Amino acid sequence: MTRELDVKIKRGGDDGGYENFRVPQRENQTVLDVVTWIQREADPTLTYRFACRVGVCGSCAMTVNGRPRWTCRTHVSKVAGDGRLVIEPLENMPVIKDLATDMTGFFEKWQAARGRFEAAISRDDPLVPILPDSPERRAADAAIECINCAVCYSACDVVSWDQDYLGPAALNRAWAALNDVRDGDRAGLLRAVSGDAGCGNCHSHQSCAEHCPVEINPTRSIAGLKRASLVALLKGER
Amino acid sequence: MNMRLYFLQRASAAILALLVLIHLAVIIYAVQGGLSAEEILGRTRGNLGWGLFYGLFVVTVAIHGSIGLRGILAEWTRLGRRTVNGAAWATAALLLVWGLRAVLAVVGEGAA
Repeated sequence: MTRELDVKIKRGGDDGGYENFRVPQRENQTVLDVVTWIQREADPTLTYRFACRVGVCGSCAMTVNGRPRWTCRTHVSKVAGDGRLVIEPLENMPVIKDLATDMTGFFEKWQAARGRFEAAISRDDPLVPILPDSPERRAADAAIECINCAVCYSACDVVSWDQDYLGPAALNRAWAALNDVRDGDRAGLLRAVSGDAGCGNCHSHQSCAEHCPVEINPTRSIAGLKRASLVALLKGER
Repeated sequence: MNMRLYFLQRASAAILALLVLIHLAVIIYAVQGGLSAEEILGRTRGNLGWGLFYGLFVVTVAIHGSIGLRGILAEWTRLGRRTVNGAAWATAALLLVWGLRAVLAVVGEGAA
């Protein structure tokens, strides 16, 4: 007889409840495999979000046994030794249905934190040489591999306390942009990240760094933004 | 909190760290031979140095305490930004008035 997993899934929204499923355990099985099995074999009305299944797109993050995780790269054997799984939507975002959250506010904060490139030159100008081992390039490198999965945003205590706070993902992206020597609006970027909802709110709890699936340390990026904003303030540059 | 508040809170903390140490050291030193109101007033009354010391103390406490309270209210209650800012300003004003009154009472010549 095949062994079965005891899976509890949060259904509905804030006023919803938990539903139990028995899912065949396989030798090699991710949490996303479990959720997909339930939708295909047990209840086709289960709503969840995924796309690439290989840890690139950042769509499939959920709360697994109390921790935010990328489900496509989370093996059941690593997180559910006793064969029990509790799967819930990410925290700090409104639930659309079941395991799918509305990430609109999350992405709007990327814009609010100026987490986009502002070109200083046009395509007709010569390319800017950037040395791979320059300090700016290294700092940008450390922050740049973010897959926008919102695991850090879900793990952040400050976001759970203050829904206006820009959060670790958006600020980490702003730090990468600040270290892009081609970026043409440094002052605007520092203004965007040092407002009332900005980097000054971070308590350095480091939940973001602890949970980030691609091992980025947003706390360090935010500390960099605090330093840069403070220097700009003291120099009267903003 | 914005960067101006962030700076003010940390700068006031840095100043307070030193002032509190001196404050505590003086208390421990002063009570060695017993403590009386006359003894304290004898040392502080008309002393511009202690007046400036505790004047600065009160100002930094008002800055540091009100910004800290603002953060706690913003994060731990559902109060709106305007209410939170109002409470912080009110706290700063209260601490300033109470504190400076006390400094005046201890340092001023005519105070009883």
